[in-house]
Parts: sequence; structure tokens; C-alpha cells
Amino acid sequence: MTLTCPECEGPVELAEPVRLSEITQCADCSSELEVVGLDPVALSLAPEIEEDWGE
Amino acid sequence: MIRVCVMGAAGYLGGELLRLLLGHPGTEVAQAVSTRFPGRRVDSVHPNLRAQTDLLFSAPDDLAGCDVLMTATPHRATMALLPEARRHARTVIDLSGDFRLPDPAVYERYYGVSHTAPELLGAFVPGIPEYFRAELAGADLISVPGCMATAAVLALRPLAGLIGPDVQIDARTGSSGSGALAGDANLHAERSGAMRVFAPVRHRHEAEVSRLTGLNARMTATGVEAVRGVQVVCHATGATGAAGAAGTVGEKALRRAYRDRYRAEPFVRIVVHRAGAHRLPDPKLLSGSNYCDVGFAADGDRITAIAALDNLVKGGAGAAVQCLNIRTGQPETLGLGFPGLHPI
Repeated sequence: MTLTCPECEGPVELAEPVRLSEITQCADCSSELEVVGLDPVALSLAPEIEEDWGE
Repeated sequence: MIRVCVMGAAGYLGGELLRLLLGHPGTEVAQAVSTRFPGRRVDSVHPNLRAQTDLLFSAPDDLAGCDVLMTATPHRATMALLPEARRHARTVIDLSGDFRLPDPAVYERYYGVSHTAPELLGAFVPGIPEYFRAELAGADLISVPGCMATAAVLALRPLAGLIGPDVQIDARTGSSGSGALAGDANLHAERSGAMRVFAPVRHRHEAEVSRLTGLNARMTATGVEAVRGVQVVCHATGATGAAGAAGTVGEKALRRAYRDRYRAEPFVRIVVHRAGAHRLPDPKLLSGSNYCDVGFAADGDRITAIAALDNLVKGGAGAAVQCLNIRTGQPETLGLGFPGLHPI
């Protein structure tokens, strides 16, 4: 099934059956996404360790 | 086969033209013209072309007929030679700065000399396929914009209506942008490690960017520790709202604008990633490729647009070959498929 990335609104393909807590990655923006709901299927940004790039 | 002559073939842009044209299935390099090396083997100057060609450089006086003439000759010299040279070809694609600005007064202000062929100014179609594809299909005179100008135009034009009229462009460029001739400033001891602000105000390309975007562009250019590559970081504010204050533009609106404009473009990629070592456009990944990567960020009314490309390819020779493909009815991406290298 095709969902929308919550970060960039790009299309995200998920293979069925979809599982809760499954992690996928958006092809457009590289965001790691987590399946947070199944009925309906919902995605949110997966937690990540931020890099500070020397700031 | 499209027969192509390259003038200024011994320079870095000329070498890139030869590399791309020799690998192009639809073109034949008829002549490589050089004032400095007539009679010498092309691969003695461009060693990357060893075993690719046995061509010798021709003298300018020996220029013969061809389908497409590409001029990678120096600024100021090109306007002197082109009125005669153009008689040898149906189509001219110029990579110099001499025919990028249609107004001779603007040319003089930015190049410091009067134009000697003002009758031709304004007859050239800008060599940016993303915005002039229809005109390029029938153009006999094409002028490829400056490398930093191309990057800035591709970064800024999708934002029309979203940003205010003033934009500050911080441009960084590799050393190949300053050409193949030796000079004191280009000694390794002087160049290595330097971050040389060589145009703190009024870089020539800002006139092109202003013309091609309709914005009031101000540009600073810095030479950095790289051989190839250009990166522009463009600072703007959101378009003024009805109340007179700069408007807020969210990143989703910016991404939509870029997607709408570049969805079908074969050589423009939107690079705004949340993970990885290269999250925004970086010319390091684009060496040898004809891609321009564009990206963005927003914070309130502050908008930053970013673009990167290889100055010798999408910023010069690759854009010229893309224009040739369009003009001659060949597939637009023909001969331009190299994706770049990683790591490099």
C-alpha cells in the first residue's frame, strides 16, 4: 500500500501485511518512519539520535 | 551523426565538451580548435582522453563547416571571434560570458568593456533547458549561463511568489572555475587551503541571476578547497503579506513548489534529507555528472535555498550538450547519464 510521508508528503510504499512498530524509510527525504497504527495504517517519524554537526 | 566543432578546446570547459561529445552516441567531434596548441594531440592536453581519440587541435583559421559550433573561449575574446565563426555552423552554443546579458550597458557594467557585437546580444537563448526548453528546440544561438548563475536560477525560480524580491547569494566554487591558464594566484602554495573571497560584491553572475529570476540578486563568491563544484546558498525572506510584513513559508510549501517545478526534469533532484552524511546539496557527489541538486530550509519568514552542481558539467559542458540534444531532436539525456562518484 502507498502512504504519505508525514515529513515531506512523498509517497511511501509499505509491503503488506503491515506490522505495528515496523520501521521504513522515505525514498524522498530519508526519514525513518514508524508504523504507529493499523486501522487505519498510520506513519510517524521514528525517534532518532540527532547529530549536532559541531554546533 | 551531428558534427560538432569545439573552439577553446584546450581549456577545462573545452576538455569537458570533448569528453562528453566523444562518449555521445549521436555526435562526432569534427574539430577541436585551440589558439595555443594547433597540431598537438588533444590527449596531450587532456590526458583523460587517452585512447578515446586521435584528434589533433586545429588552428582557428582552419575552422571548417559543422552542424554545431561550441565556443568555450575566453570572455571578451568570444565577442570578437563569434560574428565570423558563426558562419561555419547552423547552430552556435556559447559557453563564455559574452552573450549572456542582452543589454550592452549591463554587459559593460559587469565586464568592464564595451561589447563589440551588440547586434547579437538578445539573439541568444539562455541554455537552461528547465526554463527555455521550447525556445532551445528552435534556437540557432544559445548562451550557456555561468555555473553559479545556473545553480542559483535552479534554486530560486521555483520560489517565485513565495519569497520577497531581494536575495543574497553566497556562492562557493572550485579552482577549475578560474580556467586552465597559470597565474600567480593559482600556484598550489597560494591556493591550497585558501577560502578566497574573490568577489565580495557584484559578481558578474548576479546580473544573470537577476535577469533570469526577476529577483534583485546580490552575490558573493568564494574560491574553496576543491577542483570541481559549485554550491550556492541563497538567503531570502517570505513574500510580503497584505499587512506589509514578510510572510512565513513552511518547508512543506517549499517542497511542494520544488516538486511541482522539477517533477519531470531529468537533471534536477530535490535533496532535503533527514538522515545521512549528505542531507543537503553538496557538489562533492556530483563530479562529472549533469545533475543539479536543489534543497531548502525555512525558519519563520527566513528561507534558505541551496543548489550544487559540477561547474564544468551542469554548469557548462553538460548543459551545452543537453541543449545540443534538444536542438537536434535527440533524447535530452543522451550522453549525459553518468551519475557521479561516491566516495570521491
